[in-house]
Amino acid sequence: MNLLTPLARFLIFPGLLFAVPAAWFVLWLERKTVALLQRRIGPPFGQPFFDFVKLLGKTTPPRPGLEGAMMRAWPLIAVSAAAGAVGLLPVFPLRGGFQGDLILLLALMEIPAVCLIVAGFTSGSLFGEIGSAREAVLLVSYNVVFLLAALSIASTQHTFRLEAIVAGPATPWRWLGVIAILICLPAKLHVNPFSLPNAEQEIYAGPMTEYAGFELAMWQLSHGLEWIAGVGLVATLAMPPSSGVWLTVAELLFLGFAVVLLLSLVAAATARLAIDTTVRFYWRCALVFIVAALSSAILVRWRS
Amino acid sequence: MSWWNRLLCLCRRRSPWIFHMNSGSCNGCDIELVAALTPRYDAEQVGVLLQGSPRHADIVCVTGPVTRTAAPAIRRVFDQVCRPKAVVAIGSCPATTNVFIHSRTLDGPLEKHIPVDVFVPGCPPRPDAIIRGIAAAAGLLASRGRESAPPLASEIPAQEEAAK
Repeated sequence: MNLLTPLARFLIFPGLLFAVPAAWFVLWLERKTVALLQRRIGPPFGQPFFDFVKLLGKTTPPRPGLEGAMMRAWPLIAVSAAAGAVGLLPVFPLRGGFQGDLILLLALMEIPAVCLIVAGFTSGSLFGEIGSAREAVLLVSYNVVFLLAALSIASTQHTFRLEAIVAGPATPWRWLGVIAILICLPAKLHVNPFSLPNAEQEIYAGPMTEYAGFELAMWQLSHGLEWIAGVGLVATLAMPPSSGVWLTVAELLFLGFAVVLLLSLVAAATARLAIDTTVRFYWRCALVFIVAALSSAILVRWRS
Repeated sequence: MSWWNRLLCLCRRRSPWIFHMNSGSCNGCDIELVAALTPRYDAEQVGVLLQGSPRHADIVCVTGPVTRTAAPAIRRVFDQVCRPKAVVAIGSCPATTNVFIHSRTLDGPLEKHIPVDVFVPGCPPRPDAIIRGIAAAAGLLASRGRESAPPLASEIPAQEEAAK
């Protein structure tokens, strides 16, 4: 593997050049689906793009000192981490990748959430701090399930290399892991019923309350890229192995579309859960499910 | 005008985010503003989003005749909104203080404190009139560059001080 392949994957496909317009499309699709389910017309096509450019053209309040520099840095770190995670997605199996890239992907997917927590506390806003505390609690509850799901999928193929996992046969144990990841996605993407951290109108905008202009645009972009990374991970894992580049791309787009529609449907149909209910859901229901899935996956692997 | 400015103008016109500020309103206009966001009128189809934080907003929608306690809050919130920004006065109260004109608890009308761009008259105005007012303010934002932005409220002397 030469240097060009990872660079092309990060910058062109599935990286920035593809992922940024795709992120705007996914954000629009989510808003439009929720609007249609509420019998509204909803935002016009390309609305997240308009919002992004408008935010770029706005001034930001003067932020002196180290705090200001940190407040400008967090959204940029979040965007680059999310873009890196998208670039690692095994879109075309057996093209690049390295041993252990699943671990790097999971780590990069965590960084935007950690940035959000720190950003809320850095901003010094009361609502930001409440939102950050909620995000931290949410992170601790869904991440146990999310990481165990990734572990159970990896243990079915006995490797941490994404390409090998995707190219392997789709066993029932892998499907259990994919379902568990799907259960964690609403919490990771802050959509209903787990929209606690940025609970709009309840704690204003959560950790992002003090952010404006360029910084807010970057937060929106990182949120969109997180959508692409999460949905892309589920789509690549659920994708049946196929020959031909165009068939793979079509399958991926279809599966990604379906996952976004499913998440939007859940978001429109549910109300926001309180923090204790959320924690109880992940630690009681989801954890029992994924521990059973993981142990059975390891058992099957050990017996074979 | 460069392509970036043209794109920026288009995006400002199509993405007005509003912040709702009640300055002692009787709640009539507030209900109508919320009605403008409901499925029947659906302001989101012109890109309107109600924001919780003034930092995220482009347009401040003020209802109510501006009470004495609300006046400093209005100035502060107006300063917190980042440039370019616009103000929409919803209802007759912020324009003229309406039937509360001789009340001793009032410090209105709104123009005494912050520059108002669009008035939406009515007691209360209809939701479609409010959406039209917001769209007009978004058009103003598009034509308003960073240079001709209104001054901070803390920079404008109050009217009685200016008269002295």
